[in-house]
Amino acid sequence: MTTLTDPPKESFRLSMLIYDTRYRSMTIQVVAMMGFMLLAAWLINNTLTNLATLGKPIDFGFFSEPASYDINQRLLEYDSRDSHLRASFVGLLNTLVVAVLGCITATVVGVLVGVLRLSPNWLVARLMTIYVEMFRNVPVLLWIVLVMAVLIESLPAPRAFRGEDPAATMSFFDSVAVTNRGVYVPEPLFSRSLGDISVFGEASLRFNISLDLILILIVLGASIFAIRWNSKRANAIQEATGDRPTTWHVNLGLLVVPTAVVLVALGFHLGYPALKGFNFQGGTHMRNSLIALWLALSLYTAAFIAEIVRGGILAISKGQTEAAGALGLRPNRIMSLVVLPQALRVIIPPLISNYLNLTKNSSLAIAVGYMDITGTLGGITMNQTGRELECVLLLMLVYLSISLLISAVMNWYNNKVKLVER
Amino acid sequence: MPSHYRETGPEADETAFIRVENQEEVNMKKSVILGALAVAGLAAGAAHAATVDDIKARGKLNCGVTTGLVGFAAPDAAGEWMGFDVGVCRAVAAAVLDDPTAVEFVPTTGKTRFTALASGEIDMLARNTTWTFSRDVDLKFTFVGVNYYDGQGFMVPRELGVSSAKDLDGATVCIQTGTTTELNLADFFRSNNISYEPVPIETNAEAQQQYLAGACDVFTTDASGLAATRATFEAPDDHVLLPEIISKEPLGPLVRHGDDEWGDIVRWTLNALITAEELGVTSANIGDMAAAAGNNPEVNRLLGTEGNLGEMLGLPADWAVKAISVAGNYGELFEKNIGENTPIGLARGLNAQWTDGGLIYSPPFR
Repeated sequence: MTTLTDPPKESFRLSMLIYDTRYRSMTIQVVAMMGFMLLAAWLINNTLTNLATLGKPIDFGFFSEPASYDINQRLLEYDSRDSHLRASFVGLLNTLVVAVLGCITATVVGVLVGVLRLSPNWLVARLMTIYVEMFRNVPVLLWIVLVMAVLIESLPAPRAFRGEDPAATMSFFDSVAVTNRGVYVPEPLFSRSLGDISVFGEASLRFNISLDLILILIVLGASIFAIRWNSKRANAIQEATGDRPTTWHVNLGLLVVPTAVVLVALGFHLGYPALKGFNFQGGTHMRNSLIALWLALSLYTAAFIAEIVRGGILAISKGQTEAAGALGLRPNRIMSLVVLPQALRVIIPPLISNYLNLTKNSSLAIAVGYMDITGTLGGITMNQTGRELECVLLLMLVYLSISLLISAVMNWYNNKVKLVER
Repeated sequence: MPSHYRETGPEADETAFIRVENQEEVNMKKSVILGALAVAGLAAGAAHAATVDDIKARGKLNCGVTTGLVGFAAPDAAGEWMGFDVGVCRAVAAAVLDDPTAVEFVPTTGKTRFTALASGEIDMLARNTTWTFSRDVDLKFTFVGVNYYDGQGFMVPRELGVSSAKDLDGATVCIQTGTTTELNLADFFRSNNISYEPVPIETNAEAQQQYLAGACDVFTTDASGLAATRATFEAPDDHVLLPEIISKEPLGPLVRHGDDEWGDIVRWTLNALITAEELGVTSANIGDMAAAAGNNPEVNRLLGTEGNLGEMLGLPADWAVKAISVAGNYGELFEKNIGENTPIGLARGLNAQWTDGGLIYSPPFR
């Protein structure tokens, strides 16, 4: 019976690929795809052939050879006998440092400026407008170079700190030295240190993790957990009895006491910078290349973020503010409790692309001699080994990975804060 | 069967279509292959074709120089490139194109110079570049000779009271990135077991700025470069060059591997300048000497009044006359640009002729 009622099954013929609208678009796409792949294959093949003709076939063997150059800012132990791979790794960490510092600072400054630009205070709003327009409309490279030049020319050289009647003195009770080579701040030291654990043994990507730091982080984490438990308990009591027990002194104690005990047990003290020989020795040295790059990138990106924040706030209808005002909330509480949480949904997607921009712009670091991955892998290593293609491809891969990682994290956050419709 | 009915109709069309499609495919394949061949041919041509023909067709020599190092290569107040390396470029342009001004000077940094040469953006590089094994062999360049024997030195402000590079423990050192100086510096401090803080810098001008502001204690580069840099300071006497020379830096012009004819032209133009000094041919007397064959057969061969050396290079017989007439022989170029009577004030030293106890020595013209 069913055989009679079924529509006749059409058999497929080749001409249908062109004449049948159901298949035509697919045919075109397949042909276009093939063309594209042919072009790509030809390009790659041509490159490889030409490189082979030049006698420079693609080869990553140079990575295990000694780099032979020094890097001033290194988060890992590194010297000129280490491999090019290790030098690139040191550079990668430097890129990440400036990217993370930059993103945080740019967000803080950007949100502040964005909110202040909407201030009813005429002067504040205009000043913020000037800031945004100034930074947004001048190339970031110029800002980086300008900040560096200002740091170099306006701050005293270390030798100005020398002598009976020095031209410059250290600030903050002789603990911080601000020089034109960077800022020297006290560093934390542990006289009864637990030592480090080394990861990856002798490999190029080896690094050490300080056990002291891990211990302190664990204790801090436990303290915060205890504080949350305490606050929860206070909430429960408040709901049951209507009286909220005072929690701040317990919380403060929970936060400070265990950490302080651990610090004392580890023999925590500060190492102060002191002028010895040509430079300040001891303390942590924040080089002015890092400061210049960090400041310029943050202030530049903050100008864009400010506009995004302003746009996000303006997207929240005025009724929300008025309703919150009618409930008796003060303006700053309206902003932080009602407007900003809703504005975040509008703000975050464009914010991601600004984080990506900041990270990619950090490749301008070489302008101030900051040894990021472009300066090591894409600079000295490329120049000394002559492996342009390999280095540039790897460099692109690294930036692509960093960008995708930032996007993934921010998209996860975006999904968390976006409007959940019930 | 209904399906059969539907299939009979357009059968003829279909085969026709298939044939057309195949034909198109064949055409496409052909053109792709042809295109690929053409482009591959072009690419292979770029690697092997006679550079000299390209230069003649272009009417201009593309010569890579520094972004500005007074005495070696820097534009003067009128925007004219002047200097010792520039002199070599102009001599080559005069030999090949009979016009010393037919040079496009391409400023390159320590980082960009090799890419510029390898990619064909420039025909030759005359940018105080050190002749090293890896640059010659691994980077595939041909160094055609040495026009300045140099070595890496250090400059410090006089007020620091430093008298030896070994006193520099803990010093901050400004260094141009992408050069052999970086590697020499690392090796020197490592072998002397002293520490330092490198400040990598992209161009000479930035290095000067940082050094003069005291952001670094020491500036290191080739001793000739230090002298040239110091000459531009407001108070050159406030800075001293330390006695240590920590490396051998034979500087010379270079070309790409793979075009030996072009390499020969640049090599023998440089040699012509050197030989001219050795044989006493100067910009002042070259007119007389080239007018007719003289008593010295080597001078005659050099200036083309005897033999056919020019023809062997594929150039006119008086190619060397043109090269030497631009700004004189090697010695004249040296004295005019970086010699002791210039602000840079470099003594001949190692760069004297071999007959005067130096290392400057050209193979014979025969």
